[in-house]
Amino acid sequence: MSEASTTLDIHQIEARATEKTTFGFWVYLMTDCVLFAGLFATYVVLRGNTFGGPSGAELFKLPYVLIETMALLTSSFTCGMAMLAAQRRDRTQVLAWLAVTFLLGLTFLGMELSEFRNMVLEGNSWRRSGFLSGYFTLVGTHGLHITFGLIWMAVTSVFTIKKGLTESMRKRLTLLSLFWHFLDVIWIFIFTIVYLFGAKGI
Amino acid sequence: MFASLLGRLSWSQLPQDAITRGGAASIVLGALGIVVLITVLGRWKWLWKEWLTSQDPKKIGVMYIVVAVVMLLRGAGDALLMRTQQAAAAGASHGILDSYHFQQIVSAHGTIMIFFVAMGLMFGLINLVLPLQIGARDVAFPFLNATSFWLFFSGMALVNLSLVIGDFSAAGWLAYPPLSELKYSPTVGVDYWIWALQIAGVGSMLSGINFLVTIIKMRAPGMTFMKLPMFVWSVMASMVLVAFAFPILTVTLALLALDRTLGMHFFTAGSGGNAMMYVNLIWAWGHPEVYILVLPAFGIYSEIVATFARKKLFGYASMVWAIWAIVFLSFTVWLHHFFTMGAGANVNAFFGIMTGIIGIPTGVKIFNWLFTMYRGRISFKSPMLWFMGFVVIFTIGGVMGVLMSVPAIDYQVHNSLFLVAHFHMMIVGGVVFGYFAGITYWFPKIFGFRLHDGLGKLAFWFWGTGFVLAFMPLYILGLMGATRRLDHYDASLGWQPLFIVAGIGACLVGVGIALQLLQLVVSIWQRDQRRDLTGDPWNGRTLEWSVPSPAPAYNFTTIPVITERDQFWADKQSGKKPVKRYEDILLPKNSGASVFIAGFAFVFGFGMIWHIYWLAILAILSLVTTIIVRACNDEPEYILTAKEVEKMDHALARRKEQYV
Repeated sequence: MSEASTTLDIHQIEARATEKTTFGFWVYLMTDCVLFAGLFATYVVLRGNTFGGPSGAELFKLPYVLIETMALLTSSFTCGMAMLAAQRRDRTQVLAWLAVTFLLGLTFLGMELSEFRNMVLEGNSWRRSGFLSGYFTLVGTHGLHITFGLIWMAVTSVFTIKKGLTESMRKRLTLLSLFWHFLDVIWIFIFTIVYLFGAKGI
Repeated sequence: MFASLLGRLSWSQLPQDAITRGGAASIVLGALGIVVLITVLGRWKWLWKEWLTSQDPKKIGVMYIVVAVVMLLRGAGDALLMRTQQAAAAGASHGILDSYHFQQIVSAHGTIMIFFVAMGLMFGLINLVLPLQIGARDVAFPFLNATSFWLFFSGMALVNLSLVIGDFSAAGWLAYPPLSELKYSPTVGVDYWIWALQIAGVGSMLSGINFLVTIIKMRAPGMTFMKLPMFVWSVMASMVLVAFAFPILTVTLALLALDRTLGMHFFTAGSGGNAMMYVNLIWAWGHPEVYILVLPAFGIYSEIVATFARKKLFGYASMVWAIWAIVFLSFTVWLHHFFTMGAGANVNAFFGIMTGIIGIPTGVKIFNWLFTMYRGRISFKSPMLWFMGFVVIFTIGGVMGVLMSVPAIDYQVHNSLFLVAHFHMMIVGGVVFGYFAGITYWFPKIFGFRLHDGLGKLAFWFWGTGFVLAFMPLYILGLMGATRRLDHYDASLGWQPLFIVAGIGACLVGVGIALQLLQLVVSIWQRDQRRDLTGDPWNGRTLEWSVPSPAPAYNFTTIPVITERDQFWADKQSGKKPVKRYEDILLPKNSGASVFIAGFAFVFGFGMIWHIYWLAILAILSLVTTIIVRACNDEPEYILTAKEVEKMDHALARRKEQYV
C-alpha cells in the first residue's frame, strides 16, 4: 500500500486501534479472572477433602513460597520499569528490563515446578486427594499462564529488537505488561488463600 | 510400539450396528460428496479466497448459518429417532435402539442443538447484522472473529467425527458425574463431548469479547447508547453474559477432563471428589447460557415487530432495563435446576423466588411487543408469523417454568418429560423461532433477494402445529410420571398413545424443515423475481436498510451521523438524502491463519480424546507457532481507495438499472 495516495490519517487509525485492543484485552483479562474465580471456588470447596492424605499445613513451606512470591512481585516492578523505558522510547533499557523480568519469571516458574516435583516424589500427587487435585490445578493454571507470559515476553523482545519501539510495538508491550501484572494479582490471592491460610490451617 | 503411538485408536472403534453405520456413512459420503463437487467445479481456489479465509463478518455470518443449518438436520434426525423409539418401545417391543445407543442420541441431540445450532445461528446473525446496525464497517477484531468461527467449526467436526470413530457420550447433554467419570464411562464418548465443547466454547468466549468491544467502541458518531437499535442492546447484554459465563464452562470442562485423563479427584465418587460441585458449576454457566441464546432472539423480535407494525418500538427504555434486569437475575437462579439435590429449604426458597422474579422483566418485554402491535398497520409476512408463534409458545412454556420455580412442585416434576416440554418451548419457541424470523428478515440484505414468503408461511404452520403436537403431550406424560431419557416403558402405563401423538408432531416439524429447504431452493431459483433493488424491502427503520442489498464489503460508503433513535426511518420521513462522499477505506486482508489455528485445535482435541499425546503436543506447538507467525504480520489490512469505492458504487447502481 502506498501511503502517499491515501487520505487516511494513519496516526489516528493506529491510536484508535490501540484503544480498541487495550480495551478488548481488559475484557479478556476479566474473563480470565472469572476462570480463576472458578478454580478458587473449587479449591476452597475441596481443601478439606484430604482423604487421609496430607493437608496444606503439612505440605506448604512458607519461607520457600515467600521467596517465590518475592521473585514474582519484583518481576512486576521490573516489568513496570520496562514500560516506563518504552514511554521514553529507550529501546536498550526496555530490553534490559524485559530480560530481568524474564529471568525473575523463570526463577518463579522453576521454584514452582521444583515444589510440585517434590510433592509428587513424596507420593502426594494430584491423584492423592480432592484437595491435592484442586491445589495442583489452581496453582498449575497460574504457572501455565506464567509460561505463556514468558513465551510472549521472549517473542516481544525479539520483535522489539527487529522493529524498534513503533506505536504497534508499544501497544503490544502495554498488553504484555497488563497480562504480567494481572498474573501478579492472581498470585497474591493464591499466596493468601492457598499458602497462608493453608499453612496456618485456617 | 506402534499401537501405543495410536493411543486408544483401533479398527474396532469403527461403527458396528446398522443405524450408526448409516449415520457414519452419511457423514463420510456427505463430506466426500462436497469435496468431489468442489473439485469437479474447480471451485477450491474461489472457496478459499472468497469464503474460508474471508474476514468479512457478513461472509463469516453466512458460514455460521450454513454450519448451523446442517447441524439442525442432524439434530432433527436424532430427534426423530428418539420419538420413534419412544412411540414404539412399550411392553414387549424394545423399539429400534438399544439403551446405550439411545442415551448417546439423547446426549448428541442436546449438545448439537445448543452448541452448534442455536449458538451458530446466534453468532451468524450477529455477524451479519451488528456492524451494519451500528454504522460500522467491521467488527473490532476481524481476525479473532474468523478464528472464533473456525474454532466453532472444529468443535462441530469433532462431535460428528464421534459417529465415525469411537462413540459419543451417553451421559446426557451436560454429562453429570460420577456417570461421566472414567469409571462409569470408560469409552471416548465423554472425551469427544468435552473437547468439542471446549474448543467451540473458547471460540464463543472470544466472540463475546469481540462483539462487546465492537458495540462499545465502534458505534457511528452520534449513536449514544439510548439510540442503539434494540437488537444491538440485546447482543451487548448477551455478550456480557458470554464473558462472565463461558470461563466457568471452560473451567468445568477442564476439571472433568483432568479427572478423566490425569486421574484427579474433582468430581469422582471417592477420594475426596465432589460431584455436586460439578452440577453447581455447569449450571452457573448453563443458566446464563439460556439467556445468552434468548436475548438476541428478543432483539430480533423487537426489530421485526416495529418494522412490520409500522410503529416505533413501544417502551424502548423499559425494554433496555428489562434486558439488564434479566442479565443480572440470570446469575441468581442456577440452583433451580437441582432443587432436589437437597441444598436445604432456605436455599431452595431463595432460588425459587429469584426464578419467579425473572419472569417479570420477560413479561415486560412480551407486553411491550404486544403494545407495539396495538393499532399498528401490521403486515403479516412470515417473520411476523414466527414472532406471533413465539408469543404463544413462549408464554405457555414460560408459565410452566414459573410453575416449576416453586420447589415443592419441582420435586414432583423434576427430571420428568414435563421439564423437557418446558425447556423445548423456551429454546425452540423462543430462540429458534427468533433466529428463523431473523434469517428471513435479513436474508435480502445479505444475498440481495427475498425468500419465498408463501413457502415460509407454510413452513411456519407445519413447524408451529407440529411443535405444539410434539410437546403438549410431554407435559401430560411428565405429570403421569414419565422421566426423561426413557428408552422403554411398561405398556400398562397407558403412555403409548401420547408418545405416538408426540411422534406425529415431530414428523410435522420434519415437514416444516423440508419446506424451509424447499423455500431456499425455490427462492434461489426465482431470485431474479425477488431482487431487492431498494435496499429496503420491508420499509425498515434501522441503518442496515440504508445501504444497498446485498451490502457491499465495506458496508457504508460514508459513515452515517446519528441524531435519532430510528435514524433511517426518520430520514425517510423527512425526505433527507444522505450526502455521498467517497473516502479511502481500510479493510482486513484475507488470512488463512484462522483456519490453521482451528485445524490444529481440532488435531489437539483428537489427540486428547484418543490419548495420542505426541500428536496433541505437536498440535499445540503448531498452534502457538501459527499465532506467533501471524503476530509478525504488520499489515493485516489493505486500503480500498476512494476511487475504487466510487467505481464499485457506480457498478451497483448500473446493476440496479439493469433489473429495472
